[in-house]
Amino acid sequence: MTTATTKGARDHARSQAGQITDSMPVLPASNWPWTPSDIPASTLIWAETIPGGRYATKVLGRGTRLRLTDVTGSGCLGIVLLRADAPWERLNVADTVKVPWQAYLGTGHPLLSDQGRVLATVVADSSGHHDTFCGTSTLTANAAKYGAGELYSASPAGRELFTLAAAKHGLAPRDIGPSVSFFHGIRAEVDGALRSIGTAGPGAAVDLLIHLPVIALLVNTAHPLDPSDTFDTGPVQVLAWPAPAELADLPNTDPEYQRAVLNTEDAWAAAQDAETGKSQ
Amino acid sequence: MTHTILDEVVPARAPWSAVVAAGDVLTIIDLKGNQAVDTLLYSAADTGVRYSAQATIAAQSNLFLRSGTVLRAEDGSALMTIVEDELGSHDTIGGACSQESNTLRYGHHTKHQHACVENFLLEGAKWGLGKRDLVSNINFYMNVPVDEDGTLGIVDGLSAPGKKIKLRAEVDTLVLVSNCPQINNPCNGFDPTPVRMTVESA
Repeated sequence: MTTATTKGARDHARSQAGQITDSMPVLPASNWPWTPSDIPASTLIWAETIPGGRYATKVLGRGTRLRLTDVTGSGCLGIVLLRADAPWERLNVADTVKVPWQAYLGTGHPLLSDQGRVLATVVADSSGHHDTFCGTSTLTANAAKYGAGELYSASPAGRELFTLAAAKHGLAPRDIGPSVSFFHGIRAEVDGALRSIGTAGPGAAVDLLIHLPVIALLVNTAHPLDPSDTFDTGPVQVLAWPAPAELADLPNTDPEYQRAVLNTEDAWAAAQDAETGKSQ
Repeated sequence: MTHTILDEVVPARAPWSAVVAAGDVLTIIDLKGNQAVDTLLYSAADTGVRYSAQATIAAQSNLFLRSGTVLRAEDGSALMTIVEDELGSHDTIGGACSQESNTLRYGHHTKHQHACVENFLLEGAKWGLGKRDLVSNINFYMNVPVDEDGTLGIVDGLSAPGKKIKLRAEVDTLVLVSNCPQINNPCNGFDPTPVRMTVESA
């Protein structure tokens, strides 16, 4: 096929569509061919696989359920959430561990904003291997560990990926603070020393229920304390679907969590248009 | 021969800030004992280069700050180094208290109590810093153990009157402090007290 002419180049370009890889979004999401049996396939609103060393981002509405799956047991998904309708409100990792009196993420754990509200709740977790302490990797650390950390290298640093994901929403590096990581666990000894407990193996999944409209920034890259001296981060699958009824059936009865939900519902209700009932 | 170029007492509940020049040493003195000193660091030349609790923890593979700890920015570069420490363990996972998080931790009756984030916002505004410039901070003299099952919390402090910590600036560093006003937990023995700041120049 010639690319020496405009029409030839156009035909060449158009002939490339329709390929399937193991690391891509499927649109519409309802065409996703591997929907788990507990999700109504026709309701999917996001279906994508993020390869190791890459990122994805989406605005997600209130009541969305997001499933993240560590396909090969070698993923490490860093996440930052910012409120979509007020992006100056964002994930606060310190409050996320301090308020629930718990550093290790699991079912029922909220991802709290700096305004005392729930951005998301972990509503299912078959992994239990997560980290709130270390955040994501840096260019200099990946350069020292793997020989490179640039976006275009084989071992991209998480901070570079977050910078890009944020930029797609008009946000700057200053908007990206601490993150949490799913699928690569870290545990602390009494003296504060940290050790990697690795992943939970292939197929481990975490489900998040979204309480307020959020910008979700997802980066899939090796954990800063990954003991492997080679970069071998595997793909993470992302599926999302509407589940608003679950906002009324939450898996946490702790008083701190209940007050966080109260704060969240209070802010959401106050912002509704009094005539239409829709969000401002 | 060093000489003191700054010597100030930060009143109980008050904010404080100063630029510490590269090579100079900031000493924070816990005058009455067990007073949490919430602290953020920024490169004075570019406040986009700011303290990262997570980069600092990851680089030393340890949660606690002590003598020898390099306090790092998000890009991993050094802002300050702890060169002397009479306590041996300071927190950087507990964050700052805020009016909003106080309502979760203690109830809505605490909403109008003083909180560190209010101090950070108002003092930071003097330097052109806003809400998005606030990140997880250091809590000097605060004790936050993590149990084997992940349970963590602010418990009784290990400090005592007159304890000191010394930080050497590796670059010109804006130090933003909230002398924690919290009265609902033991981070300052339920009684906020003054701390003293000195800066020595070589």
